[in-house]
Amino acid sequence: MKISDLTELAARNLREALLRNSLTTLGIAVGVASLVAMLSLGVGLQELANKRLSNSGLFDAVFVSSRMNDGFGRPPRRAAGSGDESKPLNEDARQQILKVPNVSEVYSEIRFNTEILYDGNPYMTMVAGIPDSARNGGAFDGMRGSFFSSPTADEAILQIEFAKQLSDKPDSLIGKEITLRYAERQALPAENAANARPGADSAKGSSDPQLSSGFSVIPREEKLRIVGIVETEPAAGFGAFGRGRVLIPQQPAEKLSAAQSNDLRDILRGRSGERTYGSLTARVKKPADVKAAEDAIKAMGFSTFSLLDATKNLRLVFAVFDVLLGVFGSLALIVASLGIINTLVMAILERRREIGVLKALGASDGDVQSLFFAEAGVMGLFGGIFGVFIGWLISRGMTLGTNIYLHRQDLPDIQISSVPWWMVAGAIAFSIAVSLAAGLYPASRASRLNPVEALRYE
Amino acid sequence: MTGNNGFAIRALDVSRHYQMGESLVRAVDGVSLEIRAGEFAALLGSSGSGKSTLLNLMAGLDRVTSGSMFAHEKNLAEMTPDQLANHRSHTVGMVFQAFNLLPRMTLEENVELPLRLAEVDRKERTERVRTALERVHLGARLTHRPTEMSGGEQQRAALARALVNRPTILLADEPTGNLDSATGDEIMLLLREINESMGMTIIMVTHERPRAERFASRLLEMKDGKLISNGDRA
Repeated sequence: MKISDLTELAARNLREALLRNSLTTLGIAVGVASLVAMLSLGVGLQELANKRLSNSGLFDAVFVSSRMNDGFGRPPRRAAGSGDESKPLNEDARQQILKVPNVSEVYSEIRFNTEILYDGNPYMTMVAGIPDSARNGGAFDGMRGSFFSSPTADEAILQIEFAKQLSDKPDSLIGKEITLRYAERQALPAENAANARPGADSAKGSSDPQLSSGFSVIPREEKLRIVGIVETEPAAGFGAFGRGRVLIPQQPAEKLSAAQSNDLRDILRGRSGERTYGSLTARVKKPADVKAAEDAIKAMGFSTFSLLDATKNLRLVFAVFDVLLGVFGSLALIVASLGIINTLVMAILERRREIGVLKALGASDGDVQSLFFAEAGVMGLFGGIFGVFIGWLISRGMTLGTNIYLHRQDLPDIQISSVPWWMVAGAIAFSIAVSLAAGLYPASRASRLNPVEALRYE
Repeated sequence: MTGNNGFAIRALDVSRHYQMGESLVRAVDGVSLEIRAGEFAALLGSSGSGKSTLLNLMAGLDRVTSGSMFAHEKNLAEMTPDQLANHRSHTVGMVFQAFNLLPRMTLEENVELPLRLAEVDRKERTERVRTALERVHLGARLTHRPTEMSGGEQQRAALARALVNRPTILLADEPTGNLDSATGDEIMLLLREINESMGMTIIMVTHERPRAERFASRLLEMKDGKLISNGDRA
């Protein structure tokens, strides 16, 4: 029999015992709803965690440092296999890293302690440079005010706790001006640097540019307009000390040439003439590119750090979580499948004579089997569709309930559940598959009926 | 249509035995017969004589215990279940005493059922259903359900259903058993008209000898599973 005829006959048969078949279908729908609700919670929480982590800017970044600076208290390592001295993390290195495939941006970490003047009062704080790419990363979504108007703007975004130090009404600070007092690092002429080094050999110094120069520190001031206030600095804390509480665009931050913590170390190592970076952040196009980029940068002789392993573990945890939720959610569907078996077995008893007639008219065992299969499949299809809808409603209800609670706690809204399209399609397909599996026994039993006996049945 | 030697049905020493507990029931026991294409044969016998069992063996609804049952020289005993289903679909049409129309379907849908099973194209089905129902004078009752019709009308509809797939053999099991005398005669007239106009082989099981004598061209009689009369019409 053709599939269209099978489906039509199956639907007609199901309509005949409407109440019983509707209740069976409702049972399947409840099972599917339970599965969808459980999985939507798992997926929603995973998406929430991924979004938060992705917004942090940590998962598409490789943090690069010189092996000379590697660790605290550990001796500097040499480049693997090369035997050479570890490379300095300077502008050349930055350009080299920028050429690594899938690396979209490399910027230095600019982070320095300094003083801010606001309303005539000084405040000590940490300033950090923020690349313009952070604008689209989602990390600044929901901030008060706005992101920097341009990559070169003399503007600042304050971290909320620091803003509270400046004013009882942090929002009122937006548009106001602050003065940044900082120490500019200014290179000294070679002879001055040589003289500045106690015991330095001037002749030797003149032949080695790395040992020939030093720098002086000059106090400077820069006026910045506050444009926004953010909860916390994204991607903070790697390769430097502490979170930035005043965030400024990366380009102006680099131009400030402010003295940073690694400058003193460079002097001690006799590298003060050449500007090196404490660390660089290489941003890749997507988290999947991190591993290859990290390996390439390591091969250049630098130390790297990424949160790749952390994301792997996170995915693993959520995969296990989803499986557990799926198993518990499926229990109701398995119970519902017993309902299908019961309904179809009842239908065989009631339609015994009809099965005999069908066989007398030329139906093969396969036709009869397919008919009962189709009836199970149709129940699975409708149960699946209805179940997904109920599951979606439950999922919305969970999010709504959670957000009502969060509102009471004065916390922002979150989306704790999610019903993506793959889950809709998967749940309906699973519902049909379970229904077909449940229909196996009744269909097989119907097909094996002896037509002569079936025709005699009253 | 008539086979190599003109036999629609040929039974060679056919037996159908059932095990009922510890006793063996010989429903059909060593029956041999030949029915030529185009014959209208009536299979007579009292209740339990084995005539319906023999008809089921001819229809391919049941299998012989021993012997051979040929339909147009194809041995049903050697057919696979799917081949038997194909035989029931294309070679034979069946009419039952209890009509066996499906009550939830309209007349049109009931008659269409064998065509669905035979995977006949939907457009062709409509035309063939109409023709079959008009032949039994039910062309105006397409959308009626069996429960809205008289016994005679139901049997005529069952006849249309049996004929719609253009079988070569019509097997009728007590087709007038549930009908009053006048309606029974109507059905018999219709069967004879089909036999004569279409040349269709008809094998009818009945216990009503007078009616069989009036309408059938040949009478066969069974008793206790054996064929006791294989003669031409008396």
